[in-house]
Parts: sequence; structure tokens; C-alpha cells
Amino acid sequence: MSGITSSTALWYASRATGIICLVLLTAVMVLGILVNRQGRLPGLPRFAVTGLHRNLSLLAVGFLAVHVATAIADPFVTIGLAAVVVPLASPYRSLWIGLGAVSLDLMLVLIVTSLARAHIGRRTWRGLHWLAYACWPVALAHSVGSSGDLRAGPLLALTAACTLAVAGALTWRIVRARRATPRARRVAVVLSAQAGAR
Amino acid sequence: MSSRLRVNPIACAGHGLCAELLPELISLDEWGYPVLGGQPVPAGLDRRARSAVASCPALALLLSPAP
Amino acid sequence: MTGRAAALMAASGRHPGDDPARLPRLLPADGRPAGLPAHLATHGPPAYRGGPGRLIADAAESGLTGRGGAAFPAGRKLAAVAAAGRAPVVVANGAESEPLSAKDAALLRYAPHLVLDGLQLAAEAVGARRAVLYLHADVISAERLDAIFSERRSAGLDQTAADVVIAPPRFLSGQETAVVSVLNGGAALPAFTPPRPFERGVGGAPTLVQNVETLAHLALIARYGAAWFRGLGTADEPGSMLATVRQADGGSAVTEAALGTPLADLVVLGDHVQAVLVGGYHGSWLPASSAALLSLSNASLRPSGASAGTGVLAALPAGRCGLAETARVVRYLALESAGQCGPCLNGLPRIAAALADLAGSRPDNRVIADLDRWAGLTEARGACHHPDGTLRFVRSALRVFAAEIRCHQQGRCTATSGQPFLPVPAGPAAEADWRRPR
Repeated sequence: MSGITSSTALWYASRATGIICLVLLTAVMVLGILVNRQGRLPGLPRFAVTGLHRNLSLLAVGFLAVHVATAIADPFVTIGLAAVVVPLASPYRSLWIGLGAVSLDLMLVLIVTSLARAHIGRRTWRGLHWLAYACWPVALAHSVGSSGDLRAGPLLALTAACTLAVAGALTWRIVRARRATPRARRVAVVLSAQAGAR
Repeated sequence: MSSRLRVNPIACAGHGLCAELLPELISLDEWGYPVLGGQPVPAGLDRRARSAVASCPALALLLSPAP
Repeated sequence: MTGRAAALMAASGRHPGDDPARLPRLLPADGRPAGLPAHLATHGPPAYRGGPGRLIADAAESGLTGRGGAAFPAGRKLAAVAAAGRAPVVVANGAESEPLSAKDAALLRYAPHLVLDGLQLAAEAVGARRAVLYLHADVISAERLDAIFSERRSAGLDQTAADVVIAPPRFLSGQETAVVSVLNGGAALPAFTPPRPFERGVGGAPTLVQNVETLAHLALIARYGAAWFRGLGTADEPGSMLATVRQADGGSAVTEAALGTPLADLVVLGDHVQAVLVGGYHGSWLPASSAALLSLSNASLRPSGASAGTGVLAALPAGRCGLAETARVVRYLALESAGQCGPCLNGLPRIAAALADLAGSRPDNRVIADLDRWAGLTEARGACHHPDGTLRFVRSALRVFAAEIRCHQQGRCTATSGQPFLPVPAGPAAEADWRRPR
């Protein structure tokens, strides 16, 4: 009986760290959306929400590194170093690995620009940070397409939960934004609230 | 060289992280916006002041060299 | 000089440059709008210096300060813009948003060529590549503006390409960073500084934003010299300024006066006047008795908590309620807030509501304490000085009308008329009201 070869170990490690990465990125997305509209997690001070957002994204980078390294090191599939950052450079499952490369590239941009925030200016940083809305769905597509893991069983439920979490946070944000008073009406709103209160 | 904290009131959305991270120098008014003393940042708080500046989600907190 | 011009001079008896003490300097002496021929007959063409920088020293020596309210030395501003490095943009700021002030409108209607000369001379002095006249829509008709610019073109008077930009009808339209924002295609919203416009403004270029009256004085200084300019006014505050005076009977007029002129020479005072508002809606109330002793200069006014500002003087008749007038104005000022900064957007409407309470019968005891607290929270915490100016107006009202507050607390009011006295325009309703009219 063949035991678990080192190749199989690498393959399992890559899939496992990939899944953890997806969960971490989902948490990072949800926290990022909440911070922006001043949402808070019950019981957590405000700085904890941003702190978690930051720390989880750095943790995700760690797991991503292992995920990528094990996938390349695994001799069973040929992915190649270039395919890590260059989409469609992988002979194995070009499209799905390619999406992984795209989301990794986007993640790098997001993290590097965030670390250098003070130096690139507020507007530039904010503009680039919108790429997060591209990064997460691409990462999700890569996860679902690269192996059958997430398409069945408990992992399918996990994938669905991640999707619902981001969709839910996004919906909340959009509804809040729609309901927000436009700048030109803000003072008038406070004024009528005062008149009403008296 | 001492430095002074300033807030860009247009960028500030009242997240309030700065007051949580640096209560010695920043408090919040009744509407959630930061109230700064205006005095130079004491040397001992310099590192925490920089951390508060980096943590502001709106990049509204600034540290400038004191005149 | 043409024969016609010489004849006109002979008729007036004197060359303006010969008589520094004569008024008016800016507005035409005959009270009629000065077309180009009349302007050229009186002052001649713009007194260009032949290159950048040369007028700046004269401006500095003259002691000319900005007539847009802040009284910043014009020479220093010109020098800062000239030194900034890139080809600047110069803006003649005619967006007189103060409802009580009519001086910029008068200047633009009666002496537009003096303003445009000043704009051209400032452009030459700083090496500008573009000159802009920025004003509200209802001051000069589009046809008249076209005519003015084309006659200047025909006469070859303008060295720098000039265009007109219409300002949105907002109180903040004349604020210098709001001016830059409109010129950059945005809404009339102030921006956080630094960078100030003189460093980076329209299209990223260093921008000189100068009140139209200041530019008109500059044109005269270029023609007649710094010493001539100093022939009126005081040593520290030289020259003349335009004042918009609203008398207690409601009549309003724009007049030109030397700095240091006693207020009593401009405003008719007496028992029928209870207070004088100096400096407009960002200015200060003074009791009539104090106003009678003061003059139109910062040296005279500052110790009493006022300043000359844009030269607005408004006499409040004895039978009106100063608190009600103040409350109406502050409500307007609150609605004119850009609503960008938390403290201003939260503080000003609450202060307006509290003043409305004070202006009513038997205001709650907490109102004054609330007012005090909110004033402290709103002051100096905005990106521009709108909250600060408003609070200065509010604080002066609480001082000057203190006796009236006590009356109201007892359920009485000394006013005999409830008719509004101070003009309050309609406020903005939507985002489009903050942008250039289409």
C-alpha cells in the first residue's frame, strides 16, 4: 500500500493553506467594508476592527506564501515559478492558476500601497484600495476552480458562507451609503432635527 | 525635534481610533470628532503618535514639525 | 494723451496723481459707470512695468492690504506667488458673497476697467499665464462683459489672456480655496490647507486670489505711485477703502473713505440706532455708543473686538430685536456651511437653533450653557474660517444684546417691530447650487 508520499503531503498542504487563505481574505474583506462605513463589531473597540483587518491580511500573506511554495514544490503538477505572478504561465490548469496569480498580484499591490500609505497620499491610496473588490472574487474563483475541494461537502458550505459574508457586508454598506444624507443636505438635516427636538 | 498633531477635518469621518490609541493627547467631542490640544507631542509619546497617524482609516491625522 | 483726454483733465482741474487726498479714487467722480474712453481719459492705459517682479516692490511700499476681508499685505502675496516656481494663475475675486456688502458689485459695474487693469498688472508682476475674473452671475450682464473684454482687446490693453468664470451663489464662493476648486471644475467647497493656493491652486499652478478692490488700488498704485497711495489713511493702514453702509432707515450706499475715517462720519448715529454691525456677517456687533467713538481702521476697531473687514457697516434701528436678527443670520450662515467638517456641520446648526430659542420668549436656562459649549467645540476646528467668523458674530451679539437676553428670559422683548432688517438670501438646497451655473 502506498503511504502518503511527500508529493501528496505537499499537495494537501497547498490545498489546506489555500482554504485558510480564502477564509482569512474573507474576514479581511468583511472587516475592511465595516471600517469604511464606521461599522463596529459588537464588543470590540474601534481600533480592534482596523487592527484585525491589518493583522489578518498579513497573516493571509503568510499562508499564501506557504500555499504557493507547496504548490510549486509539488512535483506531481507543473506550475512553475513564473505562474505565481504571471497569469496563464502555468501549463497546469492555466486559467484557474492564472486567476490565482491575478489575485496574488492584486494582494501585493493592496498590501504594499497600504504599508506605504503615508508616502503615496490619501487619494492615491484610496483609489488603489478599491482593487480589493477585484482581488477577493478572483481569489474565490481561483479557489473554486483549481480543485474540486470546495465544490462538495462541508467545504462547499464554507465557500457559501464566505460568499454570503462578503455579499452581506457589501449590501449593508451599499444600503447605508444610499441612505446617507448627501453633503449638500447635511446641515439642513441637523437643523430640522434640532427644531424637532425643541 | 518636536512635532504637532493636526487633523484634516474634511477627511476626518469620526472613526475615533486616534482617541482610543492616544487618549493622553486626543479626546472625542460629543459628535465623535477628535479634539486636539495643539501642544507639541511629548517625546515619550512620539512613537504612539506615529502609530495613531498610521492607523487612521481616513488618513486624516497628521504629524507635522512644530513651528 | 488725446485732445479729448486733455480737455477732460482741464475740466476737472486736476490730474488724479497730483492730489492724493482727493476722493473718490476708485469709483468715478461723476457717479456714472466709466466706459473705456472715460477710464482712459482719467487714468490712461494700464501702467505696465515691462517685466515681471517690478510692481511688487511698489505694492509692498504702498502698504496696500487685501480688501477681501483678511487684510493680508498685497506685496507679500504677490511676492509669494511670483516666487513659487511655475507660471501662476491670477484671479480677480469679485465673488462678494456677503449679503450686506455691495462694494465689489459697485466697483465692477462702475469701474470695471480699473479692476481689469489691476488684474493685468498683477499678472505681469507674477509672470502669470492666465488671468481670471471670478464673479457672481447677477453683477454684470454677459453682453456687457463681452463688450468690456472686446473693447480692451481692440485697444490692445491686455497682455495676459483673460477669461470670466461665474461663481455659484454661495456664501463660501469667495473663500480662496473654494475659488480654486470652482476654477478646477469642482464645487465651491473649501479645501484643507496646506497647500495654500499661492503654492498650488488652479491646475496645480501657484494661484494669486486677490479681491477686485485690491486690484483696483494696485492699478492706481502702478500709475501714481506708492507715495500717492499713502496720501490718505494712516501710517499703519494707508489708503482708502470702499465701505457699504446700511443706515437705520434701511437705505444702503457704497462710499469710499480713507482708512481712519470716524464711523460717525459714515453711519448716521443717534438715539434711533442701538447697535452697529461692523464687518458683515463674520464681523462684530458694537453698541452704538462705542461705534460713535471708533474709526474705520483695525487699529481703532480691534481693541473693541471688531475689524474693518470688507468695510460693511450696518446700523440696527432701536426698535428691532438684535437677537432675532442675529438668529436669522446665523441660520443662514449654518445652511451655507460646506458640511464637510464634523465640528462645523454639527455645531453651527445647533448654535443657530439655540439662538432661535434665545430670540423667543422665556428661553430655557440651559440654552446659554449649550451655546457656550457648542461655540467652544466649533471654533477653529474646521478647514476654513466660516465657523470662526460665524462664532465671532455670535459672541458679539451675546455681549451687545445681553440686556435683551435678560428681557427675553423674563418673557419680554424691547422690540417694537418684528420686521426683518438684515438681508438674508435663500440658502442652498442641492449639490448643484454649489457648482458653476450651467
